[in-house]
Amino acid sequence: MTKYNYTPKDFKSAAEVRWCPGCGDYAIMNAVQKTMADLDIPHKDFAVISGIGCSSRFPYYMSTYGFHTIHGRAAAVASGVKSANPNLKVWVITGDGDALAIGGNHFIHLVRRNIDINVVLFNNKIYGLTKGQYSPTTDRGFITKTSPFGTIEDSFIPGQLVLGSRGTFFARAVDSNIKHTQDVLAEAAQHKGTSVVEVLQNCVIFNDGIHNYVTDPKFRAERQIFLKKGEPMIFGENEDKGLILEKGKLKVVKIGENGITRDDILVHHPEEDNLGLQVALINMALPEFPVAMGVVRSVEAPVYDQEMKKQIETVQEKRKITCVDELLRSGNTWEVTDEKCHEPVKFFDDPCFEK
Amino acid sequence: MKDTKVIELEEVAIRFSGDSGDGMQLTGTLFSDTSALLGNDISTFPDYPSEIRAPQGTVGGVSGFQVQFGKNRITTPGDLAHVLVAMNPAAVKANAAFMSPGGTIIFDVDSFSEKNLEKALFKTNDPFAELNLQDFEKVPVPITSMTKESLKDMDLDNKSILRCKNMFALGLICWIFDRPLDYIESYIQKKFGKKPLIAEANLKVLRDGYNYGMNIQQTTPQYIVHPAQIEKGTYRNINGNNATAWGFIAAAEKAGLKLFLGSYPITPATDVLQALAERKDLGVKTFQAEDEIAGICTSIGAAFAGHLAVTSTSGPGFALKSEALGLSVMAELPLVVVNVQRGGPSTGLPTKTEQSDLLQTLYGRNGESPIVVLAASTPSDCFYYAFLAAKIALERMVPVVLLTDGFLGNGSEPWRVPSMSELPSIKPRIAKNPELFKPYRRDPETLAREWAIPGMEGFQHRIGGLEKNIAGGVSHDPENHQINTNLRAEKVERVVEMIPELKVIGEPEGDLLVVGWGGTYGHMISSVRAMQEEGKKVSLAHFNYIKPLPKNTAEVFSKFKKIVVCELNLGQFASYLRDKEPGFKYYQVNKVKGLPFSVHELVENFEKILEA
Repeated sequence: MTKYNYTPKDFKSAAEVRWCPGCGDYAIMNAVQKTMADLDIPHKDFAVISGIGCSSRFPYYMSTYGFHTIHGRAAAVASGVKSANPNLKVWVITGDGDALAIGGNHFIHLVRRNIDINVVLFNNKIYGLTKGQYSPTTDRGFITKTSPFGTIEDSFIPGQLVLGSRGTFFARAVDSNIKHTQDVLAEAAQHKGTSVVEVLQNCVIFNDGIHNYVTDPKFRAERQIFLKKGEPMIFGENEDKGLILEKGKLKVVKIGENGITRDDILVHHPEEDNLGLQVALINMALPEFPVAMGVVRSVEAPVYDQEMKKQIETVQEKRKITCVDELLRSGNTWEVTDEKCHEPVKFFDDPCFEK
Repeated sequence: MKDTKVIELEEVAIRFSGDSGDGMQLTGTLFSDTSALLGNDISTFPDYPSEIRAPQGTVGGVSGFQVQFGKNRITTPGDLAHVLVAMNPAAVKANAAFMSPGGTIIFDVDSFSEKNLEKALFKTNDPFAELNLQDFEKVPVPITSMTKESLKDMDLDNKSILRCKNMFALGLICWIFDRPLDYIESYIQKKFGKKPLIAEANLKVLRDGYNYGMNIQQTTPQYIVHPAQIEKGTYRNINGNNATAWGFIAAAEKAGLKLFLGSYPITPATDVLQALAERKDLGVKTFQAEDEIAGICTSIGAAFAGHLAVTSTSGPGFALKSEALGLSVMAELPLVVVNVQRGGPSTGLPTKTEQSDLLQTLYGRNGESPIVVLAASTPSDCFYYAFLAAKIALERMVPVVLLTDGFLGNGSEPWRVPSMSELPSIKPRIAKNPELFKPYRRDPETLAREWAIPGMEGFQHRIGGLEKNIAGGVSHDPENHQINTNLRAEKVERVVEMIPELKVIGEPEGDLLVVGWGGTYGHMISSVRAMQEEGKKVSLAHFNYIKPLPKNTAEVFSKFKKIVVCELNLGQFASYLRDKEPGFKYYQVNKVKGLPFSVHELVENFEKILEA
């Protein structure tokens, strides 16, 4: 039994959705709306903040409080919103260009501070709104309008950046796998601290099929591994492949071959502060490895907005100064009472100030 | 406005004080000679310990040397020192009574050990509180350890190394007061001609002290004093940055809101951030952001979330904030930006004062992007203009920029503290009726929209940087953009109803109207008063309200034969006035040396203009 009985529809605004037909954004938005409805938290307490890019139009399509800010700055604006009012549920909707290029600095510092904000990072490895230039997640050598001969730079792996910034929560999902995206978002929403969910999103116009090799549902079982807390890291059509650590490195093995049993397979512990293994999971790439999906890391750490609140409360418990009148008269002051001195001319004497 | 007099930079009294073995006499003498060679008139006062062999570290053993220097004829070494250089706790104790209120104490923090505090008969480990020196600017400098570090690779015994400490202090003071080192260097070379190692050590430490001042961006202290006739009340010393910070706390209390400051450290504005970070007791939230852009963006977020939101910076930081400032214009959120101006462009002169960000403030954004601009004119009135900036932002849903400068920010003056009951009410435009609420529905009189804050039931809405219709939807309609552009401009113009008329100091008509704005007030009034005393028909109109300009500006201007606009830039306010109040001839007095005006240079210029 839920308190508010929200449905995803309660989170849709009346605005016409203007993403291209077939865009991966639709599926992600549906998953976010479903997640918000399921959270059973008053609708008035959600704030959705975005920067610039296709995905950043998101707030207009939500019926919650929303702020469509400027390029790269969603994380900074959201940090201010959440620090000001920790009761709000603050979501940041951003893309690979917005969060990792122009907004890279705010992104890593948000993660480092561990402010309780949910970041949904739409990664389509391209600039869509400006019609197809390479982004910081575009693979080396890829041909785009600004790299007609192929890019000559390596890309960010978003999860690496998050963990390198001392991130407490990172997960990965695929736009078209709606049920799994919802599961991941639900976990992200429950996490205390900054959560980053990278969604592999398809841009039908400028980068159609960029993730297909990974995301094609026909090969999902072979090419993706769905990590679940407390369960062995097993994948494959017949659930017969798994991951083990050998000489400090991850290795794909077949259960039943070379004496390997289910018990030999690594068990996933996102709640443990095991940075090395978690980064290794994030780095797994085809064809040698399946691509890791689900919550890779979810650890507890002090949360910035709560710490800010707590610090003020602690100081206020012992405070000597309780209001501005006391502040102005604190420390070194002296009285002037000489008869020759006149009464003060008050700064705000002019009637205009009370209009 | 009250009369003030600025103690000009060159009329400062510095007292060097330490143990009799610390070489304070030599330090003071070298500094005096350097100043004299620069053309300053000087007066000095050596103050030896009464007991020649008084024990080290005790108050009785303190040796001092005071020098007062200035452009005009200096007849005394100054009753009270403005700057004290203290080599140990005993020096602070011995000189506390001879310090000008609000002065600067530069001290060797290494010597403030428990042992030395005991020797100087301090009862606690906070000597400054014990001597009631809380409101002085204190600059702790690790003089001893820096001197040791500086000379560690030289073949010198510890005693010889420690003898060079005074040169570190001297180098630092030379940086602060812009004195060249060459005279001192040649003196050292001559004096230690036969001991090249000692000469080399002294020279190295001298330069290290000078560079240390540059590295910590230690600003030149500025002082403002009032004539004897003052108002009754409770007084304290305050500098401009502190007054600014406290003005915002007062505004938040008056408005019934929480105060949020997102900011990034930058000289000379950092003290605003520091002063607010101290005030957790009053619930102030400070967010030290990763950069200037995040400083303003976190503040915009806090404004969206219903706080009185402020960001503080100086010129280069203000440039970085311009895109986000445009967002707050478009989103029509209440926001105050403080720009403590410094010498520019680029990194420019971080520790020096200037007024050259005026046009950046007025126009430095993409699109038609009007904002309200205020400028404070004395260290203490930063409090009132900060308060007023917040009031305008909250009541008119508009970004406001408060311009101060390095001179005001670091300058201190005695201030009669007001009571909160003297300050006007602040009524934020918080939305009340969800049925009627539309994000861009405006008050017909003020054109301000309503403020609906996340968490309020029934007001869910979206805002953003794209052009909007009244309902908050994105609109590319050409007519709508024209209308909104006009509305945003008109909304700023209507703030004129909230600000007082321009006042003339002196006769309302005459031969010359001296026009200034912002932090030059102390020098402007001093120079105008000087001319009035000579019977000249000169008056002053000093602007604190830059955009919009006071209603009666043209009327005031029309009563004078000549108008001269004085500012610490190449004529930015003059060109703004030519645009906004055409039909007058504006003479100009401009200066960009990183220094305030001096009274005599202003008077000289005014006399020339009167004769022309």
